[in-house]
Amino acid sequence: MAHILDERQKQVSVAGLNERTIDCNKASLAGSVSQRACVFCGSRVVLYPIVDALHLIHGPIGCAAYTWDIRGSLSSGPELHRLSFCTDLQERDVIFGGENKLYASIIELIDKHQPKAAFIYTTCIVGVIGDDVESICRRVEKEKSIPVIPVQAPGFQGSKKDGYKVACESIFKLVGTKSKPYTPAKSINILGDFNLAGELWILLEYYKRMGVHVNATITGDGRVDDICNAHNAALNVVQCSGSMNYLAKMMKDEYNIPSMRVSYFGIEDMSDALYDVARFFNDEDMMEKARQLVKEEFVRLMPQLAWYKERLTGKKAAIYVGGAFKAISLVKALRLIGVQSVIVGSQTGTTEDYELIKQLCDEGTIIVDDSNPVELSHFVKEKKADIFIGGVKERPIAHKIGLGFCDHNHERKEPLAGYEGMINFAKEIYATAMSPVWKFTKNP
Amino acid sequence: MVNTEILGNRTNSSVPLGVRNSLGGRGYTSTRNSCKLCAPLGASLVFKGIEGCVPLIHGSQGCATYIRRYMISHYKEPVDIASSNFSEETTVFGGSRNFITGIDNIIKQYKPQVIGIASTCLSETIGEDIPGHIRNYCETYKGLEKNLPTFIHASTPSYCGSHAEGYYNTVLATIKTVTEYEKTDNSITIIPGMVTPADIRYLKELLDDFGLKYTLFPDYSETLDNEYTSEYQLIPTGGTPIWKIKRIGNSKAVIEFGNVFNKGVSRTKDVGTIQSAGEWLESSLYIKNYQMPQPIGIEASDRLMDVLKELSGKEIPEKHRKERGRLVDAYVDAHKYVFGKKALLYGEEDFVTALADWLREIGIETYFKKGADFETLREEAENFKPDLLIGNSKGYYIARERKIPLVRLGFPIHDRFGASRIHQIGYRGTQELFDLVVNALIEYKQENSPIGYKYL
Repeated sequence: MAHILDERQKQVSVAGLNERTIDCNKASLAGSVSQRACVFCGSRVVLYPIVDALHLIHGPIGCAAYTWDIRGSLSSGPELHRLSFCTDLQERDVIFGGENKLYASIIELIDKHQPKAAFIYTTCIVGVIGDDVESICRRVEKEKSIPVIPVQAPGFQGSKKDGYKVACESIFKLVGTKSKPYTPAKSINILGDFNLAGELWILLEYYKRMGVHVNATITGDGRVDDICNAHNAALNVVQCSGSMNYLAKMMKDEYNIPSMRVSYFGIEDMSDALYDVARFFNDEDMMEKARQLVKEEFVRLMPQLAWYKERLTGKKAAIYVGGAFKAISLVKALRLIGVQSVIVGSQTGTTEDYELIKQLCDEGTIIVDDSNPVELSHFVKEKKADIFIGGVKERPIAHKIGLGFCDHNHERKEPLAGYEGMINFAKEIYATAMSPVWKFTKNP
Repeated sequence: MVNTEILGNRTNSSVPLGVRNSLGGRGYTSTRNSCKLCAPLGASLVFKGIEGCVPLIHGSQGCATYIRRYMISHYKEPVDIASSNFSEETTVFGGSRNFITGIDNIIKQYKPQVIGIASTCLSETIGEDIPGHIRNYCETYKGLEKNLPTFIHASTPSYCGSHAEGYYNTVLATIKTVTEYEKTDNSITIIPGMVTPADIRYLKELLDDFGLKYTLFPDYSETLDNEYTSEYQLIPTGGTPIWKIKRIGNSKAVIEFGNVFNKGVSRTKDVGTIQSAGEWLESSLYIKNYQMPQPIGIEASDRLMDVLKELSGKEIPEKHRKERGRLVDAYVDAHKYVFGKKALLYGEEDFVTALADWLREIGIETYFKKGADFETLREEAENFKPDLLIGNSKGYYIARERKIPLVRLGFPIHDRFGASRIHQIGYRGTQELFDLVVNALIEYKQENSPIGYKYL
């Protein structure tokens, strides 16, 4: 495969053809146009949906401007998270230090917006000029009596995934700092759903029907007080494991809260998530309610999905998303509507994720870690994919070579999680695969 | 009436904090919902306007990825920008190794004619010597230099100004690096600034119609608004060829649009010595520079046509004379819809000042403020009470809150389709803008009328 840089050969594998374990968790190669972002980005996207906190970026303007209102993370209350605050460092700040500016900024913004907590993100340049952000945070915390948490996220200190870890550490500083008067025994924390297009609210409805109390949602529609009380839940239910496993692990070590990994995409994984929770609480009534719920949804969904399957059978999809666990759900969900996955890749998957994908996929499926436009365009041609599922950066690649596209990233505006989400997903795949416009691209 | 705050010192782009506070009254130290973007984005846009060029951002991975995402969402085109992927080690020991690997890999994968290198706040702060890196790289290929791409380096730290600074610095850096003088010929050079791909196509048509020989730089009219290709073009077709940029030195005249040029005042060194590309060509190569605001509006477009008449020795071509005539006709037909209305403007200063001049031409009062962020504008809209907003899509939340129309122009437009195809300059562009503004006001009136007229 000549279009793959030599150093990247080991980050590509083919299901069934070889036993080679995929190389991942590597820094992106200089000069390749990686689809990944940086540490700052990772921490920012994870913390962003905490809606009643102040998010202030200590750095130059770009880091703040590009992450302003980036996720469709909805709030049922405050919308402070949708404002972009930045110290907007200038050259003289870089020379003389930005500490005074940072202090003044935090104070004025806390006074104005009265947040429940403040997250202060450091960027590349702050990592270099050496502002003592920690001590300023401690000082403001004392003066204003709210948690002021430094998020140490200089971009160069790793990849987006390292940023997830930084975010988890920041959240963990809140956990256990306050206890609510009463937290029901059968309560869970939802980790790793970001309430894109209101997906969290769909899940809350399911858990409510099962009689499960949801304690803290981390971080979709997140509230500081709920997160502070997160240590009183009985179980952490973790989706998007790439971003949140680390928090779950810390909560296990410190508060002995067990966790389980779930996915809410597709009928199978969604149902398993509900059953697993009921099984955890060992509650027959809860399990019965879960079965009832799944049955109702199943009966409602199957005829609709059958309609799509009939029409979509034979179509081939390429998947390239941020987390590998999501990719796995997508492979299964696509199979449900007759679509075969011929390329499966992610920006941040682990060895275990890729092994799982290998077992799940048909022989010949290309599996790839941290890919780039050159590779992706070759793979889809080689595999004759009809549809590409990815994020905003992959959309124009797909469209330029005449492929349908489904946005399964931060910017989606239709919920794709849960049972309702499965129908939306099928609709979107159908809309892009069956559009009459492809007649002009096939015979240009 | 034009708000006068901006008209003070036009060479100052980013107003120092204290000054902004004294203007803003409320006095915020922090920037709240920034109107500006960072310099490497402007650099990337210029590099996309060079034929066969791959941009490389020398810094962390995030910079390239964010800028790609931002540009892709506006242009709806693939935007490949490579990164030298700084790690902790790179930051401590320097970026030369990443630079070499980066260049090697770009050459291997893309086979570019040009690599445009933009620095970042990180690489600038740790003192990366990018010209030195380039020299060293070329030295290792001594004797084989002909096989190497052309390297262009622009200094674009994010802590200096905005994407507009990055844009202008990179135009200048490219010309300084590439342009040579042999002997003056009959061609002209046109440097249009941050206009749309449709505007670039319009300018080329206009210059062709005047029968002029010209070089337009940077030309991203194809690279960022390409046809359907079916094959993925590693480097999209289009862009100003490097050999043409080389010959800019032979031009008999330069036309450049702009009057602010964001000359990097926030820099501690070089203050007051930074030139626009046109000014540099005039002072160094003695090429007459026709500097003018972006031609938005009849008067501003007339000024452009006058220069083109002078340079070509021809009268304005019939097609364009008629476009002007239709525009005057439209002004007359719709003047009552727009007169006395108030518009809040934001965006790059060269664009905003040109817009303001045009709006004054049709009787719309304007308000804009140098260095202001969106939250400041939102607060000040309380006093100014605009009837509409004109600018990129990021001001939408203010329009939504005030329940007034937003006419989407400039960069970025992330919530509407077809940003590349909006004409903003010349008689043709002014006509398009005029229709947009008039219809936005009519629609507002209609939507808010209890009668629901079908006839307005």
